[in-house]
Amino acid sequence: MSLDLSYLDYPKRGRGMDHDYYPYSSLFDRKPVQWPDGKKLLIWPVISLEYFPMTPNDDPFRAPGHMQTAYPDYRHYTAREYGTRIGIYRLLGAFEKVGAKVSVATNSVIAERYPQLVEDIISGGHEIIAHSTNMNGTIASGLAEAEEKALIEGSLTALEKATGTRPRGWLSIARSQSFNTAKLLAEAGVDYMCDWANDELPYAFQTDAGAITNVPLNHELSDRQIVNVQQQSVDSYAQQMTDAADWLLAEAEQYGGRMLPMHLTPYIMGLPYRISSFEKLIAGLAERNDIGFARGDAILDSWKAQR
Amino acid sequence: MSDVQKSDPGLYDYAPYRGRPKIKWPDGKTCAVWVAPNLEFYELDPAVNPHRKSWPKPHPDVVGYSHRDHANRVSHWRMAEMMTKHGFPGSVSLSVALCDHIPEVVEDAKQRGWEFFSHGIYNTRYSYGMDEAQERAIIEDSIATVERATGQRIRGWLAPALTHTPRTLDLLAEYGMDYTCDLYHDDQPTDVKVKSGQLTAIPYSLEVNDHYGFFIYNMSPREYADTLIRQYNRLAEEGAQSGTVMCIPLHSYLIGQPHRIGPFEAVLEHIAADGRAWITKAGDIVDAFRKQTGGAS
Repeated sequence: MSLDLSYLDYPKRGRGMDHDYYPYSSLFDRKPVQWPDGKKLLIWPVISLEYFPMTPNDDPFRAPGHMQTAYPDYRHYTAREYGTRIGIYRLLGAFEKVGAKVSVATNSVIAERYPQLVEDIISGGHEIIAHSTNMNGTIASGLAEAEEKALIEGSLTALEKATGTRPRGWLSIARSQSFNTAKLLAEAGVDYMCDWANDELPYAFQTDAGAITNVPLNHELSDRQIVNVQQQSVDSYAQQMTDAADWLLAEAEQYGGRMLPMHLTPYIMGLPYRISSFEKLIAGLAERNDIGFARGDAILDSWKAQR
Repeated sequence: MSDVQKSDPGLYDYAPYRGRPKIKWPDGKTCAVWVAPNLEFYELDPAVNPHRKSWPKPHPDVVGYSHRDHANRVSHWRMAEMMTKHGFPGSVSLSVALCDHIPEVVEDAKQRGWEFFSHGIYNTRYSYGMDEAQERAIIEDSIATVERATGQRIRGWLAPALTHTPRTLDLLAEYGMDYTCDLYHDDQPTDVKVKSGQLTAIPYSLEVNDHYGFFIYNMSPREYADTLIRQYNRLAEEGAQSGTVMCIPLHSYLIGQPHRIGPFEAVLEHIAADGRAWITKAGDIVDAFRKQTGGAS
C-alpha cells in the first residue's frame, strides 16, 4: 500500500516540543533544588492499592494485572486480594520500621470496601493519591470526555468522603491518559499527576484549564517492571535501586537535589519471600544521612516553594 | 521498480569467517569499537502509516512518549558526559527533526566532536509504503537538515525505526552515502551490492543493542554491562586474526536511567583500559576498511 503524499507533512516540526504541554528543559540546566533537612536525595515510595473486579473491562483497555482466565478467575481475583489483605501490611510495616512516610495510590473503591485499611494508612501519616475508581477505570483516547470526567470526579469524591481529605495527587492506571486527562485533572483541582515519565524532578504541565504539576513516577523503577515484567529477582531489584540511589546522590553533589521514585505493588513486593530483601534495601537507604523518604505532596510543596 | 518479492535480497556474496584476508586496524588494534547513540524525536500524535503502528496504545501513548522524551531532558546528558569522560566519541543515529525541535541536544553532540548519520526524520515515520519520490525526499531532507544544523555531510544511514524498502540501499549509494547500519550478517564491514556507487555495511548490532538487552532479553543493568564486556573480549581476541568491529548501540532513555548508567560505566572503563580497542567513529572504520580492500566485497 503506498502512502498518502501528506505522510511527509510535518505540521509540528519546529522549535520545542510537538505539543504545548511543557517547554523543552534540560534537567542539568535548572536552578538546583534544595530539599528540606539538607537531604540530597528524596526517595518517593508510591504503593499502588488496587481492586480488581472479577468482571474485567476491556474498554478502553484491560489494566495490567487484571483477570486472565475464563470466568470465574478465582486465581487472579484472590491473588490480587492478597495484596490488599497481607502485602500492603508488610509494606507499611517495612516503612514504619524506618520511619518513612509514603504515598499510596488508591482505587477509591478500596476506601469504600476496606475502611480499616485506609484508616491504618492515614493514621500512619501516609498520603492517599487518587488512582481511579477500581482497576476497570482505565483511561485512554476513545473514552468519552464526560465519562472520563465522571471517573475522575467519582474517584476524588469517594476518597475525600472516606478520608476527610481531597487527594492532591492522581495516578492513572498504567499511567495511561487521553488528550483530555491533564485538563480534567486540573479542572478537578488536582495539584499533581504522576503519569509522565520524562523527567526526574517535578515540572509544570499546561492545560486548557490551567497548570498542573507532573511529578514523574519512573515506570522503569517499579517492582512491576523489574520483578514482574522483566522477571528479575528481588535481590536484583534491590541492587538496581541501590545503584540508582548511588548515582543520583553523586549527581546531587553537582546539580542539586534529586528524587528517586520507588513504585511498589503489594501483591508483587509484599510476598513472604521478597519482603525481607526489600526491608533490607530500605533499611540500608534510611541509614544514609543524605537520603530521606518523602510523600509526593511534600516533594511537590518543597519544589514549588523554590520556583 | 518491480514489486516482486525476492527470497534472497542479493545484498552480498557469501563469505565464510575462516580464511578471510586480514583486516588491520591502526596501531595494531584488533577490534574497532564505535558507540552509536540514537538521538531521536518521537511524535506524540504522528500521521498513520498503514504498515506499522507508531505507538502500541491510542495516542497519546503517555508512557511510550514520555519515556523517550526522558532522553532529551535527562538521560542524553548523562550518557554523553560519561562517553566523553572515558574517551568514546559518538556516531549518532539521528532523527533529523531533532535539529529543529531540540537543537540543544544536537549542538551538544556536535561540540563533543561526534559524527551524525540519518535515522530518518522522526522515529515515528516509517519508510514502508513510500514511493521513490518520497524516499528521495527523506534522504534529501536528512542531508540538508543535518548539514544546516551541524555543518556535516551525513555519510551513513540507519533506517527510521529499521523500516526499509527494497530500493533504499541503492538510493543511499546514489546520494553518496558511504555506510548502512541496517544489515546484521557479519562482525566485519562488507560492501553491499548496489546499482551505483559504493555502500559499506558496518556492523551495528541488535543483539547487544540496549533495547534488546533490556526489553527483549530482560537483562538487569549489571547483566547488560557484563554482556557488553563479554562481547568485546571475544571480538578483541578474534580480531587478532582479522580486525573485527563492535558497535554499542544506545538509547539514552534506556542506558541513561539512574539504575543503569553506573553499571554501564564499567564497560567503558574496561574497553578503554584493555589496549586492543580502536575507539573511533563509524566513518573512520569504513575509511580504514576501504583503504585495505579497495572496495572489493
